[in-house]
Amino acid sequence: MEKHITMPITAEVTKTLHAGDYVYISGTLYVARDAAHKRFMEVLDRGESLPFPIEDSAIYYMGPSPAREGKPIGSAGPTTASRMDKYAPRLLDLGQKAMIGKGKRTQEVIEAIVRNQAVYFAAVGGAGALLSKCIISSELVCYGDLGAEAVLKLEVQDFPVIVVIDREGNNLYETAIEKFKK
Amino acid sequence: MIRTISTEEITKNICEMCIEANHCLSPDMEKALKKAVDTEASPLGQKILGQLQENLAIAGEEMIPICQDTGMAVVFAEIGQQVHLQGELLEEAINEGVRQGYVQGFLRKSVVDDPILRENTKDNTPAVIHYSLVAGDKVRLTLAPKGFGSENMSRIFMLKPADGIEGVKQAILTAVKDAGPNACPPMVVGVGIGGTFEKCALLAKQALVRPLDERSQIPYVRDLESEMLDKINELGIGPGGLGGTTTALAVNINAYPTHIAGLPVAVNICCHVNRHVVREI
Repeated sequence: MEKHITMPITAEVTKTLHAGDYVYISGTLYVARDAAHKRFMEVLDRGESLPFPIEDSAIYYMGPSPAREGKPIGSAGPTTASRMDKYAPRLLDLGQKAMIGKGKRTQEVIEAIVRNQAVYFAAVGGAGALLSKCIISSELVCYGDLGAEAVLKLEVQDFPVIVVIDREGNNLYETAIEKFKK
Repeated sequence: MIRTISTEEITKNICEMCIEANHCLSPDMEKALKKAVDTEASPLGQKILGQLQENLAIAGEEMIPICQDTGMAVVFAEIGQQVHLQGELLEEAINEGVRQGYVQGFLRKSVVDDPILRENTKDNTPAVIHYSLVAGDKVRLTLAPKGFGSENMSRIFMLKPADGIEGVKQAILTAVKDAGPNACPPMVVGVGIGGTFEKCALLAKQALVRPLDERSQIPYVRDLESEMLDKINELGIGPGGLGGTTTALAVNINAYPTHIAGLPVAVNICCHVNRHVVREI
């Protein structure tokens, strides 16, 4: 089923999303990957607050290539989400509602999705040029010293994703494969 | 006759090859991806494969890298024995080419200086360079920028001789199944069989840069390539790992003599952005 949603995203909206839904996202996404997540944990351990509002937020696991002149961003496809599995439950417990990446998640992350009425979307891996066309603007939030791993705030329009793990814990990676297995 | 080649020439070519590889797929890869659109059984899979076609068109026309992971640069430098290289050290010339290509080409700098300390080198150097001496008076350069979504899913299995060809098949299927959606399918599977631990891994990497329409010369290996492609596509993983009949575009296998006590198998997985550019100087 095709749906259009806007980020940030509330529990009322995640309730309507089911594994297998094709969703077009508009609104605000925060970009963070390995090194930034590690810093988020250090910030939280020190009792400080995160560099962006985590409540109802969507984090896009991504590290773009540099933008050419006149473009908001370079190639901008998803990175493998499992590398953030160690950090994701803590952020979900703090109110983060959506993750965008690609690839499998651990049982701990799936449980955190269910517990927090969150959602995990996959974007098409290796389609970074195409996905960059849905990004209207990009601004640096923090950790510029990390280069491609800096935290960014993106405004996106009709950014295409697929619901892989919904808040009931249904996992499209497992169910879809069964249909085509011989 | 000795032929002199300037290392500046090598730098210039490597620079251009980095930019070319990250914006245009080689014709064999393009052909395989196009064919997959027609044969894929899953409607969602077809849609994803269609998006990959669109992505390639945008990348080439607007000079946006095909994938944001523009990889760590792997270089195979085959140097003719009659070549005299003039200028700086070859290693420095290649790294300078990578540096220029990644900066000038707006490619992502994805290399950290130390695996534990992890500070970005900011110019994507150093490259991983494999040298070999060959007959002739030319230098043949192969550049393969390798993304790590798929590299992370690659495996080495030190099998026993008694495991035989069935053991090899199981090893390949295990690696592909475990990789699943993480490796950005449809993938290209490079396999090395034999040699020592490190030789086997290198065989698998070399298999990935072999053109997709070129099969092994060894009859049993050729049969194995075709059988494994069918078996992998029967796993159901499909485009993006979201179910379908196109899990791999090709399985390329290289074999090499090994020890009486061993049967090493390396499975180097590459995503559908299997980049490789070859130039002869």
